[in-house]
Amino acid sequence: MTANVIPGCCAPGALVDPSAPDLGAARNWDDSAIAADPAAYVRRGEDDVARLHMMVEGIHCPACAHTIESALKSEAGVLDARVNMTTRRLVMSWREGRADPVALMRKLGGLGYRLVPYDPARLAAGDAREDNELLRAMAVAGFAAANIMLLSVAVWAGAFEGMGPATRGLFYWISALIALPAVAYAGRPFFRSALGALTAGRLDMDVPISLAVLLAVAMSLVETARGGEHAYFDAAVALLFFLLVGRYLDRRARARARSAAEHLLGLMALAATVIDEDGRRRSVPTDQVTGGMVLAVAAGERLAADGEIIAGRSDLDCSLVTGEATPEAAQPGQKVFAGTLNLTGPLQVRVTAAGEGTLLAEIVRLMEAAEQGRARYVRLADRLARIYAPAVHALAALTFVGWWLVGGLDWQAALLIAVAVLIITCPCALGLAVPAVQVVAGGRLLRRGVLLKSPDGLERLAAVERVVFDKTGTLTLGCPRLVEEGYSRGDLRLAASLAVVSRHPLARALCRLAPDVPAADGVREFPGQGLMVGEMRLGSARWCGVEDAPAPDGPELWLTRPGHAPVRFCFVDQARDDAGAVIAGLRRRGLTVELMSGDRAPTVVRLAGELEIERWRAECSPLDKAAHLTALQDAGVRVLMVGDGLNDAPALAAASASASPATAADISQTAADVVFQGARLAPLLEALDVARKADRLVKQNFTLALAYNALAVPLAMAGLVTPLFAALAMSASSLVVIANSLRLRGGRLRGGA
Amino acid sequence: MTVLLLLIPVALGLGFLGLCAFLWSVRSGQYDDLDGAAARILFDDDDAASADSKDHKNIQP
Repeated sequence: MTANVIPGCCAPGALVDPSAPDLGAARNWDDSAIAADPAAYVRRGEDDVARLHMMVEGIHCPACAHTIESALKSEAGVLDARVNMTTRRLVMSWREGRADPVALMRKLGGLGYRLVPYDPARLAAGDAREDNELLRAMAVAGFAAANIMLLSVAVWAGAFEGMGPATRGLFYWISALIALPAVAYAGRPFFRSALGALTAGRLDMDVPISLAVLLAVAMSLVETARGGEHAYFDAAVALLFFLLVGRYLDRRARARARSAAEHLLGLMALAATVIDEDGRRRSVPTDQVTGGMVLAVAAGERLAADGEIIAGRSDLDCSLVTGEATPEAAQPGQKVFAGTLNLTGPLQVRVTAAGEGTLLAEIVRLMEAAEQGRARYVRLADRLARIYAPAVHALAALTFVGWWLVGGLDWQAALLIAVAVLIITCPCALGLAVPAVQVVAGGRLLRRGVLLKSPDGLERLAAVERVVFDKTGTLTLGCPRLVEEGYSRGDLRLAASLAVVSRHPLARALCRLAPDVPAADGVREFPGQGLMVGEMRLGSARWCGVEDAPAPDGPELWLTRPGHAPVRFCFVDQARDDAGAVIAGLRRRGLTVELMSGDRAPTVVRLAGELEIERWRAECSPLDKAAHLTALQDAGVRVLMVGDGLNDAPALAAASASASPATAADISQTAADVVFQGARLAPLLEALDVARKADRLVKQNFTLALAYNALAVPLAMAGLVTPLFAALAMSASSLVVIANSLRLRGGRLRGGA
Repeated sequence: MTVLLLLIPVALGLGFLGLCAFLWSVRSGQYDDLDGAAARILFDDDDAASADSKDHKNIQP
């Protein structure tokens, strides 16, 4: 591979389907590579080295990362550039004054990557430290477990070979010497959390873990000092090690989900260009825009605040706000909303509301209200822990009391057996059951272009009974396609020679059918109206002066020229290629499918008929959508909402599980549990199948772990468990659970998926 | 059995060295980007050489 790899055709593993229609063009991302002025984010170090952190959109595979790095490093003045594939972030450093960050960003924009500078101090940096702490604890526990196990094997073997008590005592003392500091260091994550739970007056999984480890070590120490036969140093430390592995996996799955969410939030924090009263322009972060300011909105930019147009004409893409697919012509005096995309001409907008007062903020409030229902969901592992921890403690106490009072042992011997029960029941396999499956499932989905955003999303996805789709941008591509009737080939070529200069989505759709037509000389674009060259016009019926035009039943363009009858080009919003197949697939899986759109009824009915969806709702406001979802939830129906618009965000938050395409509004992606890439809907089926399979595996894992307990606990209560048995049984149960989880890695899940 | 007095410290010392190496690798950020590092070896760095490449510094996102 060379440095010239461009996105979309990069190496195997690329997530974007190369046959996909040009979605980037429809959203105009290629024209806005620079989302914000980076100057505010540049950090200057010693010896004139400047450094800039950025989030990168459009990285699909390591080849992309390499392309970016080599493109930057080949520039004069750049000292280093490094892309982190896991977090999709870039940090570059250069000699102050010898390189221009804006030019560098523009260069990457030309390669198809969109960059957003961010302030690393504002993102939670503490989490990375905790991550590393877990990793270090795991290393220490692993080192200790391996070495103590070596000594223990010697002791076990020695028991048959006639090892003297003195040698055994020496080995135990060495084990203690390793185990005590290791437990003190590696056990901290559990002790902290157990202490927190106890002070809050509840029990979680960490309480029995901490108790078992501490008691086992303390008891072994006493036994060693007494010259006793049994010491559990190996079991205690091995337990800690396995649990730390589970904890680390869980943490990585969550960190990945969180970094995806942060990434999306970061992309929202763009800059707006403000025109001061003296006519000077400056760039300010969107959260500092206030009412009364005048914003300059270039073609291809998204509006940062609600306002009123005071100068300029353009077309606005409101699809993310209203769900309406056709761009809307905009002129001075018109009200515009934050989140709409300015398509064709520059505008000046006086801000009427910013921040809290915008439509966007209203949507966020609706979303937060809707999310409360979801917050009540308790993860399966936590539900189990609530039963498990008290049960284990009761069993151990029962064993102690039983052997002491009923069995007639002295209290030390009875305590020994009770501690053995605590050790053997320790939820090693239980602690691994969910994280192991989650990491494998998340990795598998990521390879198929599905980003799992919330750690418990899989569990909720698996329980879904009904799927509600949004229309524009979700079931359809949100990008118009020319209907091939009512015009001749010559008309099309003529229209394309005008349309080729415009960025209006209808013009682009027209040019896609006549790709090789050169632009006519002297074409002028009148934003919000149409195109003109000489006497020939292309645009709306009014712009072209067509008086007897039939009522439009969708987006359309007219072409007029002297001496010819006006020609009409009609457009439809095309359904995604595999929408029909995916809906059939959902039905085969026993799910009910519903269509809910903010668009007008005839358009919705047509699509519902085409895709054979029986239930549909049209002209829904964001509030209607969220209310419908809440009503369904209250009726006990678990719903998967799939949507992309700003208007879908509250509904996404209200649903028990939610998915968004990667082209969706940032805020919808933030609300969704699952984000899928590419122009196809099939990843949705994959996500559902993986979720169901993962759910089965998690339950199998729990069953395995409980079966192990059912076998081992009676033995432990009977006082038959030796350290050798404890070490073997616990490791075996953990390994079985991990092996079972790995079954999700490859292979097909079911026919037709 | 006196050989144990030599062998056990040696074994522990070697293990401890490994542990130190791992802790060092965590501290120096080698676990920050597991996905990217795996593929990085596949790319040739020669074409990225620039005038300033001599004073490239290792920085971490």
